[in-house]
Amino acid sequence: MVSKSLKASNNILSSTERQLEILSNGIFSDGGLPKFESILVAYELDALRPLKLEILQVNVGYMCNQVCAHCHVDAGPDRKEMMSRETMELCLDVLRKTKVKTIDLTGGAPEMHPDFRWFVSQIRLTDVKEIIVRSNLTIILANKKYHSLPDFFKQNRVHIISSLPFYKKDKTDRQRGDGVFSQSITALKLLNAAGYGKSNSDLQLDLVYNPSGAFLPGDEKTLENDFKKALKLDFEIDFNQLFAITNLPISRFLDYLIASENYEDYMSSLVEAFNPKAVANVMCTNTLSVRWDGMLFDCDFNQMLDIKVASPITHLRDFNLELLQGRKIRVSQHCYGCTAGSGSSCQGTVV
Amino acid sequence: MKKIYYKSDDLKKFKNITDWNPELGEKFFEYYNSVFKEGSLSVREKSLIALAVSHVVQCPYCIEAYTRDGLQKGIEKSEMMEAVHVGAAIRSGASLVHGVQMMNVYDKLSM
Repeated sequence: MVSKSLKASNNILSSTERQLEILSNGIFSDGGLPKFESILVAYELDALRPLKLEILQVNVGYMCNQVCAHCHVDAGPDRKEMMSRETMELCLDVLRKTKVKTIDLTGGAPEMHPDFRWFVSQIRLTDVKEIIVRSNLTIILANKKYHSLPDFFKQNRVHIISSLPFYKKDKTDRQRGDGVFSQSITALKLLNAAGYGKSNSDLQLDLVYNPSGAFLPGDEKTLENDFKKALKLDFEIDFNQLFAITNLPISRFLDYLIASENYEDYMSSLVEAFNPKAVANVMCTNTLSVRWDGMLFDCDFNQMLDIKVASPITHLRDFNLELLQGRKIRVSQHCYGCTAGSGSSCQGTVV
Repeated sequence: MKKIYYKSDDLKKFKNITDWNPELGEKFFEYYNSVFKEGSLSVREKSLIALAVSHVVQCPYCIEAYTRDGLQKGIEKSEMMEAVHVGAAIRSGASLVHGVQMMNVYDKLSM
């Protein structure tokens, strides 16, 4: 079981340069597999460019109460990176200046940020239609000060998207740590009690499924039906939608792939499952990702690989939508994760 | 170089069988894909049947393919192992039931 972040363990893969080196060499340099840029050319697809900006995804910090084996953020209790209130103000400025419809708060566990509630309340005062919080569920029970989160979410009409790798204990605990499953079930019940996930309520509670190993997710709709049936039958739990997300070969999941000798096969299955139709709808075309220090990225995955936007504007303080929209989206071989099969995004499949 | 009959990478070349006979190869894959579509049986049930049969016919390619398929469909290891036992039970039962033939022959030939 993982107990420390790669960074705290001084693991060589905590270096983004090393990760990018692995993703660009080996099977991708000896002619075994095409690089992502080449496959776009082979399918006569244009280089990825931003469409209308609809989602601002803000990563408020990498601290988390969990240390999940697959985490692409390398989050954990030992990660201290945290967004300043000044940078949060810059995010609010962007929301006031643009027609962004959705703000998507992520981490780490975003709720652990000391200014989290202030930030959400301030966002509510803007014209943003939707506030998403990516909650790991167990945070609600982690400390007394978080017990009131369901009510806080409800008051601010927050859309909750929560990770639950499986509807059974065994697989969930193997991926996310001992006891995570039963705590997640308790947290889901609390959210249901607050009105979340009910068919007659507009309080949206979605779950995220990601495979517990070196394989791709199955059909999203079938998995959603399985989750709904099992959670209802076993625990009387309701939720709205299930998003099936492919694990991307970054950080701890990359470390796992290499250590378990699954890396080459996994990358081959991602490349084999390349779906040109998924390219048009990848999330980097309508999303901008903000790091805790205000730096800008095409997506949360590029953020974790430190692949900054290819634009003269790289930081929130200089935000200029027109200039940013003219950029080309930066890609590497991890992008195959978002274009495999039915595609994958923070909102599940894309085709 | 060590000579081996089964190479896991060969599974990826399965589709190449159409190269030498496109008509029959394509017919086979069309049939195969239709068989595994949702019907009176769910895709989940079909995957478990395929896994059991893979063991009975002892096809290493099929075992890998349908273990992976089961994982993707959220099939649990306990379900997979039960399916393998179903296949094994039929296979061993098919051997054992021939014991009746042996008994028939024995009885006929014995005084």
